[in-house]
Amino acid sequence: MQSVTPRKFADFSLAAASEAVEEFRAQPGALINALHKLQDTFGYVDEAAMTMLGKLFNLSRAEVHGVTSFYHDFRRTPPGRYTIKVCQAEACQAMGSEALTDSIKEALGCDFHETSKDGLFTLEPVYCLGNCACSPNIMVDEQVFARVSSDTFKKLSASLASNAAEVK
Amino acid sequence: MTRRLYIPRETTASSLGAEALVTAIAAEAATRKIKIEIVRNGSRGACFMEPLVEVDSNDGRLGYSQISIDDVASLFDADFINGGKHPKSVGLVDELTWFKNQERLTFARCGLISATSVSEYEQLGGFVGLKKAIAMQSADIIQEVLTSGLRGRGGAGFPTGIKWQTVAGAEAEQKYIVCNADEGDSGTYSDRLIMEGDPLSLVEGMTIAGLAVGATMGYIYLRSEYPLTRIILQEAIDNAKTAGYLGNDVCGSGKAFDLEIRMGAGAYICGEETSLLESLEGKRGQIRFKPPLPALKGLFGKPTVVNNVISLATIPVIMEKGGKHYAGFGRGRSLGTMPFQIGGNIKFGGLVEKAFGLTLRQLIEDFGGGTYSGKPVRAIQVGGPLGAYFPAELLDTPLDYEDFAKAGGMLGHGGVVVFDETVNLAKMARFSMEFCAVESCGKCTPCRIGSVRGMETIDKIVAAKDEKDREAQISVLTDLCETMESASLCAMGGLTPVPVMSAVKHFRGDFQ
Ligand SMILES: Cc1cc2nc3c(=O)[nH]c(=O)nc-3n(C[C@H](O)[C@H](O)[C@H](O)COP(=O)(O)O)c2cc1C
Ligand code: SF4
Ligand code: FES
Repeated sequence: MQSVTPRKFADFSLAAASEAVEEFRAQPGALINALHKLQDTFGYVDEAAMTMLGKLFNLSRAEVHGVTSFYHDFRRTPPGRYTIKVCQAEACQAMGSEALTDSIKEALGCDFHETSKDGLFTLEPVYCLGNCACSPNIMVDEQVFARVSSDTFKKLSASLASNAAEVK
Repeated sequence: MTRRLYIPRETTASSLGAEALVTAIAAEAATRKIKIEIVRNGSRGACFMEPLVEVDSNDGRLGYSQISIDDVASLFDADFINGGKHPKSVGLVDELTWFKNQERLTFARCGLISATSVSEYEQLGGFVGLKKAIAMQSADIIQEVLTSGLRGRGGAGFPTGIKWQTVAGAEAEQKYIVCNADEGDSGTYSDRLIMEGDPLSLVEGMTIAGLAVGATMGYIYLRSEYPLTRIILQEAIDNAKTAGYLGNDVCGSGKAFDLEIRMGAGAYICGEETSLLESLEGKRGQIRFKPPLPALKGLFGKPTVVNNVISLATIPVIMEKGGKHYAGFGRGRSLGTMPFQIGGNIKFGGLVEKAFGLTLRQLIEDFGGGTYSGKPVRAIQVGGPLGAYFPAELLDTPLDYEDFAKAGGMLGHGGVVVFDETVNLAKMARFSMEFCAVESCGKCTPCRIGSVRGMETIDKIVAAKDEKDREAQISVLTDLCETMESASLCAMGGLTPVPVMSAVKHFRGDFQ
């Protein structure tokens, strides 16, 4: 099984955030790039960055808000060490994603858009990972896993947990 | 002698352990002091064979399918490097009927070469089309595309040449080529496969589009669910730049063309072209009213070609071999080939490129080998989440734009999702409404509110106490669907009724 090294996020500060998105200053329409950059750096888009982004792109704070909330990708709170996305779309449903989803929720003790109590896993739905010939699929951070069963998920989550314990 | 072997660097292969496999094979070769070179090709599209490991032989490439790290030692014991037999041998890959019965034009190179190598791309006909285009007048390039009969592969099927003509005819100091790589339709992955396996064909196609309409800048709007695709595509763009195929002076033509990848952020609606343009401008991805057409007022208000990945990646072969050659495949108004993608409950799932006109049955039975579970096929959804559900009785419907529409379906982006007899179509219909509710851009009421009402109504149908009550609720659903269809601004709200009502029509028994 493919291993996944847990991501490391920087602690949010306004100074670090401004520095991270400075490269997008002169770029037309790069607000979404900037939001991605913040999320990649800190794990989420902090409320405190909105005004700064507005200044960078000549938008009101409310407009930046509007854009951030429109897209499913952007989180407003820090995620767990890993983000697990479980495909809910039709091809995966045809291969039992519904039962798989239930068993994953049970194993992690949390619902979609929540983080497991131990802070390890944030669970999200996703609609198609483009791997529909080998369903059901899940994605851990940026790694897709195909033909996942509740058994393979248990092994995977155990190995992810032990990776996370090693990489503090 | 150093032996070449091929292991895809590609999402499906990776999702089934290819990266660990590369490490394991390299380590085992080192231990055994065998010199090998591992080429990272794309997938050939036979997803069910991944990870497919291939080795060169005098007769062609030999394959070993579904290889895991547990097979590595036995592969070396069997001398697979020299083509030795192994329980997982599939023989000469080109000779497998699954490949032999395809007609590959757009995907001719995919999986054969090291995906981002300019020189390997050139060896198999790459950039021939671009060089021809450079020597041609804009109008002649567009004429070639018109002759090919190519229609947009993103879903709407609009003739690509006509779109280009409109943009070419618009006066502006700046025009854009935008590639729609949002590939949001569930059950589809052809865009991903070509961007991971033969990304230079997209680079070449966009550059030709730029020459044809007079655009100097291109954006690829790539969905964020495809992180590996992004890395591979960026590598290809960088290599093309280094080799002089992109930049201020494309191939010594004196003309400029450059490319940038922009990532989406997990919104299905951003696959719709006007919503996509809003998103590229850094805004909420809400639908724009049409007119004006994006061809006249598109990105930042400038004339813009918006084309799907497959439409653009098909341009090089059209320019290389001629529009007539391409139009020699297919039939009627559905000319050329379509890369169909079989998914869901399917034994041999993957990408089948074939001239329009084969039947669903040929695709699912001859190529797909039936269901993965071995149970009978009960339902097929073609064309993504807004496509109709067909019962097995309609398996003999030919796959071309017109015939498929006559049967109440649409080909869309060519996704074919198979369900066995355990499927419940009332559940699937409810899911269609739910998906619409989650992904609606919120601009119009029939879509935003209607989809939520739709979910509730389907729940009521299923819970109905008697047949009369059920009939009454079904007629509520029918009216609701008619409103959504006629009063929605775009196809999200406008076509969600298609899967819903097709489920009611063909699978009425499931709604109780
Ligand atoms: C809700 C919705 C989603 C769409 N998603 C996509 C998509 O993911 N990819 C795509 O190429 N076209 C998509 N389209 C179609 C585009 O609006 C547009 O027709 C297409 O990009 C034009 O390119 P083509 O002519 O090459 O097909 C979508 C349309 C709608 C209404
Ligand atoms: S139909 Fe739905 S997605 Fe389309 S414009 Fe209206 S609200 Fe937006
Ligand atoms: S439907 Fe789940 S990967 Fe496509």
